[in-house]
Amino acid sequence: VSEDLTLDCVGLLCPRPIIELAKHLGDVPVGGVIAVLADDVAAATDVPAWCRMRGQEYLGAENAEGGVPRYRVRRLS
Amino acid sequence: VSTYLDSASGEPLHPAARAVLEQALDAGYADPRRLHGPARNARIMLDNARAATAEALGVRPDEVTFTPSGTHAVHLGVLGLLAGHARSGDRLVASAVEHASVMHAGRWHEQRGGSFATIAVDASGRVLADGDDEASVLAVQAANHEVGTVQPVAELAERAPLFMDACASAGRLPLPQGWSAAAASAHKWGGPAGVGVLLVRKGARWRNPFPGDDRVDERSTGMEDVPGALAAAAALQAVVAERDEVNARQFALIDRLRAGVAAIPDTEVVGDPVDRLPHLVTFSFLYVDGESIVGELDRRGFAVASGSACTASTLEPSHVLTAMGALTHGNLRVSLARETTEAYIDRLLAVLPDVVARIRQDAGL
Repeated sequence: VSEDLTLDCVGLLCPRPIIELAKHLGDVPVGGVIAVLADDVAAATDVPAWCRMRGQEYLGAENAEGGVPRYRVRRLS
Repeated sequence: VSTYLDSASGEPLHPAARAVLEQALDAGYADPRRLHGPARNARIMLDNARAATAEALGVRPDEVTFTPSGTHAVHLGVLGLLAGHARSGDRLVASAVEHASVMHAGRWHEQRGGSFATIAVDASGRVLADGDDEASVLAVQAANHEVGTVQPVAELAERAPLFMDACASAGRLPLPQGWSAAAASAHKWGGPAGVGVLLVRKGARWRNPFPGDDRVDERSTGMEDVPGALAAAAALQAVVAERDEVNARQFALIDRLRAGVAAIPDTEVVGDPVDRLPHLVTFSFLYVDGESIVGELDRRGFAVASGSACTASTLEPSHVLTAMGALTHGNLRVSLARETTEAYIDRLLAVLPDVVARIRQDAGL
């Protein structure tokens, strides 16, 4: 599944990547996928935690170019 | 006036300890190993401290060693059990939510050729009993220092010789059964800092992992802090005598705080709500930066700790919250001191919603 939107949060410390994710969730349609590129280690825990707390679907992480993790989320509501 | 809500980092000195400490500083200065009068006084005081500590913890006096810190007691306990069981293997297995002192001992062991692994926990922070079965030594805490969850120590101890870090719970809760060595820390129960307690069960296979010394007991190193040990023992006795009343009060106050905080939107309250330490709770607010909220509460007179990355010297989030899969940013740990009243908690609950809302507003949410 390709992303509808990718947020570049490289260099931002938590909670900034999560704040960006929350701000831009509405930019993708319900059922769409939003990705966050983030090198802050806290994102590995906080993106899935955000999904659980906000009722969105966490699709997992993969390494993008340069080894930066790309966290993928499907908008459910 | 600051409302102190960080007793899990350091409990204020118990009044019972203060009186004993002042007297003991005058009478307990000599080397308890010497053969003169002042030394005999110091030796009697040290033996009294050992006997009182043993009685309060429900162990034998010859199982008690005073150390210069809880951290040092942890290192001695973990590495000493590994040394004692070296013939049967070198694999240390610790829960993923152990205190940093256990993790540091594990990495030190690994750097010297040993093996070190961790076992996972569930979402409440409880160690999963179906983990690693190959342990030469297991390290599992009595209760977690950040989220309060009580661990199934007696059950896990059936699988391997077990080191128990009891620093967060000692004095507050009776020690569970089954461990071979354990550690506690006086400043977490209202004794002075600089006094740790190493417990080694009679018959346990423990060997000093460090150079050792020629002190009153074979496990200790350096001149004993006799006044500190006696004051720590006095505080421990008092805490044990008071704990039925204090625990019930603190448990209810934490329940009140858990319920109040859970009513703030986008908040995660973590740790077991029932099978937990009486005096502490951890929660995290979405979109809130830990350093901002600790600073904002400090300006309003509340002293609280945080496990968020931005408040840590390492810039890494709490490994406890990470292992639980709990939100790591916007984290606060509130821990009650002996004198914390309902009014303190209500004042905190009165300011928190506004503090959280303002930080979120500043973030553009």
